[in-house]
Amino acid sequence: MTSTTTSTSAPESARRPARRTARELPPWPIALLAGIGVVLFALPLVGLVARAPWTGLWAHLSSRFVVDAAGLSVVSSIAAAAVAALVGVPLAWVLARVSFPGRSVVRALVTLPMVLPPVVGGAALLFALGRRGVVGGPLHDATGLLLPYSIWGVILANAFVATPLVILTVEGALRNLDRQYEHAAATLGASRLRVLWRVTLPMIGPALGVAVVVAWARALGEFGATVTFAGSLGGRTQTLPLAVFVALESNRDAAVAISLVLVALSLGLLIALRDRWWPSR
Amino acid sequence: MSSNDPGAMSATSTAAGGLQADIRLRRGDFELDVSLSVEAGETAALLGPNGAGKSTIVAAIAGLLRLDGGVVRLAGRVLDDPADGVFVPPEGRRIGVVFQDQVLFGHLNALDNVAFGLTSRGMRRAPARERAQDWLDAMDLGDLGHRRPRAMSGGQRQRVALARALACEPDLLVADEPLGSLDVTARNRLRRNLAAHLSSGRSGGTASPTAPRHGAGDVPRLLITHDPTDAFVLADRVHILENGRLTQSGTPDELRRSPATAYAADLSGINLVRGTAREGEISVTTDNATPSQPGRHPAVVLHAADTSMFGAVLATIHPRAIALHRERPTGSPRNVWRTTAEAVEPLGDITRVLLGSPLPLTADITPGAAHELLIRPGTTLWVSVKATEVELAPDARD
Repeated sequence: MTSTTTSTSAPESARRPARRTARELPPWPIALLAGIGVVLFALPLVGLVARAPWTGLWAHLSSRFVVDAAGLSVVSSIAAAAVAALVGVPLAWVLARVSFPGRSVVRALVTLPMVLPPVVGGAALLFALGRRGVVGGPLHDATGLLLPYSIWGVILANAFVATPLVILTVEGALRNLDRQYEHAAATLGASRLRVLWRVTLPMIGPALGVAVVVAWARALGEFGATVTFAGSLGGRTQTLPLAVFVALESNRDAAVAISLVLVALSLGLLIALRDRWWPSR
Repeated sequence: MSSNDPGAMSATSTAAGGLQADIRLRRGDFELDVSLSVEAGETAALLGPNGAGKSTIVAAIAGLLRLDGGVVRLAGRVLDDPADGVFVPPEGRRIGVVFQDQVLFGHLNALDNVAFGLTSRGMRRAPARERAQDWLDAMDLGDLGHRRPRAMSGGQRQRVALARALACEPDLLVADEPLGSLDVTARNRLRRNLAAHLSSGRSGGTASPTAPRHGAGDVPRLLITHDPTDAFVLADRVHILENGRLTQSGTPDELRRSPATAYAADLSGINLVRGTAREGEISVTTDNATPSQPGRHPAVVLHAADTSMFGAVLATIHPRAIALHRERPTGSPRNVWRTTAEAVEPLGDITRVLLGSPLPLTADITPGAAHELLIRPGTTLWVSVKATEVELAPDARD
């Protein structure tokens, strides 16, 4: 069209190598180690299933002790996921978009709970927000509010460990997003908030969805920070993982039954996620 | 065109409705220093090779980059003036940008893409969609409003992008390589469409009754391209950008007559001939204006290898594809005629010969050949052009 488009190239098909269809077989050391890995993960599951009290399963699961813990777990994990999204997304935006001195320090700080032993996290929360804590003391004196050993404590402990997952996932998604879309929206007259709401968030929607679900799953399984900061009060702060731990001492069958439910839930979630949001193949 | 800031107008020497951009920007080692103005109703092309700074200029004008120095003024409003501390963010500029690769919102369908700018500026959703539908109708996309961009062809996406930019009734339309990502067929089709919009500044031929009337033709338009055909066909005025500087500005004819740099010479020599095609024969219409001989040449018939096109066409002949002879050549070339050399200009490695009646063309030959043929103004010559060197495209301005 423009100037001369002469025909210089050989036929495309002649140069393209034949498409490989045969499945690749792994070298034997890799196959062996991968196999050991699978066994390592499958074995506990087998143990759980073998030990399961199949006949009395429903009786165990419908006991007051389990129902209370399940209800508390559902409420606190959903609340924690909401807090994680509410705090984590803006934080991720700032970390991805704003360049300021000490950014890497802030990023390390807010993702610390991911690598910190949860018990240490719970203890730190207690020293800060407990009745005699740096902030918790004055807070209690002023408002009478006491976070530890309450459902608020459970939610806080859960959010503490779950938020970093949201931050990391969303920051990565924001960095991968082509800024041109936001630029286009701005030239069309969209304010910065409207750009965020109508363009940025919808475009990172899949990653945001994964982030929130993973954060929720993490909160649902939280143990260490919760037990340290909120204790294990039946009907008040005793979530499902705590109930499993307690039941292991007194009622092993109930512990196994709860564990089975948690395993099934987590496995189903991961499979669903992989199909819907994570790149297949 | 209205002006929101009468105070800014006094400093303006050119038409208040136009764009005056004096852009000084430094990005790493790259330095941009460009003064550019586009008058109301004018289509200007910014033509330059990759890396010349075209996209940076788009970003500076649209407000996606801040100037280091200079000033950007549009429709009597100062948009960026670092010396004065003025900076209008992109959302306040009323500049419609057709981005390279369209940049349509993948999570919205075509209709909502076009309506996006309208709702962003405060229009309610229902009337915005109605208006957007009018624009899609005007672009012959009326039935595709529900489609997501990824389910559309490149040409369709490009038209959605154009509708999206125009629907907001901008004070300036900037099109950044609007045809760049399309295949040849789509390019040809869209160039025609684009010409309609660039020359009238509103929806094409059959403007829908509710389509916004933005003083047809009043909007200044800036076309960013590396393709000389786009620039010369679509623009009233061409600015050539090389390495962050404007090396030449002028009408297509002025550039053709006296290119200032090797790059300009290479681009501006391209021969564009309008005519009517019928089975590979192109009857050339006589208003093919050249600077030297405006409208006084008899009709010529050109032969092209492409026999598929009928009707108004634009034939492109590269200046290097034109052979010159002292005697009538024999052999295969289908297009042979006698003419005179009007002007001979040495341009370094090439010598440019401007040919006269019956068909004014630009031919580039080696200085050696020019010497051998003893070409001087007035020399009688034979011209030959192989039919395969005559490339056809539908005439965008038929």
